[in-house]
Amino acid sequence: MSTSVNVRKRSAQAALIVGLVLGAMFAAGPIVWMLSNSFKSNTEIFELPPRLITETFSFDAYVAIFADPVTMRFFLNSYVIAIAVTLLTLLISIQAAYALSRFEFRGKRVLNVVIVSVQAVPPITLLIPYFGLMVALGLYNTYPGLILTYMVFTLPYAIIMLTGYFNTLPRELDEAVRVDGAGSMTALWRVLVPISVPGIVSVGIYTFMIAWNEYLFALTLTRTIDMRTVPIGIQLLMGQHSYEWNQIMAMSVLGSIPVLVLFLFFQRYFMSGLTAGSVKS
Amino acid sequence: MASRIPSLDTEVIVTGVSPSRRRRQLRKTTESYSFLAPTLALLLVLMIVPIVMVVGYSFQDNVILGKSGEFVGIANYVAILTDAGFWRATSNTVIFTVTSVAAHLVLGLGFAMMLNSKLIGAFPRAIFRGLYVLPWLFTVAVIAVLWRMLLAPNGVINFLLNSDIEWLASPQLALGTVTFINIWAGYPFFMVSLLAGLQGIPGDLYEAATVDGASPTQRFWNVTIPQLRPIIVSLLLLDMIWTSQQFALIWMTTGGGPIDVTEVLSTFTYKLAFAKYDFSSAATSAVLVLLMSMVLAIFYVRHQKARD
Repeated sequence: MSTSVNVRKRSAQAALIVGLVLGAMFAAGPIVWMLSNSFKSNTEIFELPPRLITETFSFDAYVAIFADPVTMRFFLNSYVIAIAVTLLTLLISIQAAYALSRFEFRGKRVLNVVIVSVQAVPPITLLIPYFGLMVALGLYNTYPGLILTYMVFTLPYAIIMLTGYFNTLPRELDEAVRVDGAGSMTALWRVLVPISVPGIVSVGIYTFMIAWNEYLFALTLTRTIDMRTVPIGIQLLMGQHSYEWNQIMAMSVLGSIPVLVLFLFFQRYFMSGLTAGSVKS
Repeated sequence: MASRIPSLDTEVIVTGVSPSRRRRQLRKTTESYSFLAPTLALLLVLMIVPIVMVVGYSFQDNVILGKSGEFVGIANYVAILTDAGFWRATSNTVIFTVTSVAAHLVLGLGFAMMLNSKLIGAFPRAIFRGLYVLPWLFTVAVIAVLWRMLLAPNGVINFLLNSDIEWLASPQLALGTVTFINIWAGYPFFMVSLLAGLQGIPGDLYEAATVDGASPTQRFWNVTIPQLRPIIVSLLLLDMIWTSQQFALIWMTTGGGPIDVTEVLSTFTYKLAFAKYDFSSAATSAVLVLLMSMVLAIFYVRHQKARD
């Protein structure tokens, strides 16, 4: 009896491991291939049979990316925009979430519904008026134009997530400070914000990811090469050097590193924050 | 804390809404709105105004470029709704969305259950979880070029299958291929959320089911699925909203081609505006996309409220 249970457990274990390995090949295989090709020469990329471990291992493609001031400019633009969006989104959403979590006021319910529903507004719907609006406001092909645009998409999510986070913290914490005569601003920034670091960090990472990855508005609201961001840069590289796959892959690897690093270091915060925000409302 | 201001509280009980109470309420509202002011300003200028603008455009001709838009009533709507291209894009969007979302759920739940199994140790589980999350961390531009390379006629996938299929250029296969890429890119969001959900199911529910003689399949349908249901419904609605709006992946892999077989509503609308410079028709199409998304959003908001 116990042996048959044991055998059944063993075979279940074996099946699970086979399933997990197949799943891992599906999930990570393409990414391993990208990494492998970024270290190949262009002739080796098209050699048959393809080799996973390259014979001609070289950093040439990376050197070419770093040596090109145009691609470096794409990175600079993406960093400036993503960092600005993250900081501004946090600054504004922390204050909004504080009001929504701690105060009762007229219009609060309506506002909650509005903030949830604007998340569903399709980017393509906003694109056409934005094009006109950004030209009219003189923000077309500028940093502020893209930063403001991205904030419209990051802000609702950040507010919902932070409001949920603040709601889990006892009101007595910040109310005590207010009753003692300090203003709400002090209660928020001196008491609530310091103990909310995990929630704020996960919102910050999520915001950075959105801004770093955005494509549609970066494509449409910028015109000159010196204003393009990394996602557009990858596409441009593909168009110009359509046979230099090693450079395209090297650029893709470099363009993925910021998000990968953030995720690696803050994985725990991020996973719990994300599921708490989007799924549990 | 209430004890510090007893006189006020007594007064409220005696006289109903006292002037000081009302003043306090007013101050609270003013203070709340001062905290919310930047958010409201941004949402007004970059959400409400643009939506009003795009709706306005959809009732005019020659907008943006012509500068002399004239009111044309519902003419643009009639034109778009009788355009075969619009309906083709709509049906492609529905196929792309329904297939992607269903596969995201199945793969996400399958992987989440494998990762939740106690048959392997915590460390290997963490490694596999890290690998499974990977596709989620890459920008869509990278995903697009990566798969274009993998799926090229002389690429590694054709080598492995010993074929020379034009995955992204074949009218028969292109829609299926972009859907597959979207499935690869999107399942981790389901997986992560469902894994959290699985870990929240109390173990004694399974024990009770086992004592009652339930088989693993019965435990799955009678314990796991009902427990995860609220999360699953949220995820399905969110993913439907997002997937039906997908632009970048399709734009960068097929551009809507070959011969419109992968044209979805977002690429169709984009081309009207920025390839044909017909901003009036594009605005009309964009408003129709907005209406469809709002229907999904209403279901989502209702569902979230019901869960509170």
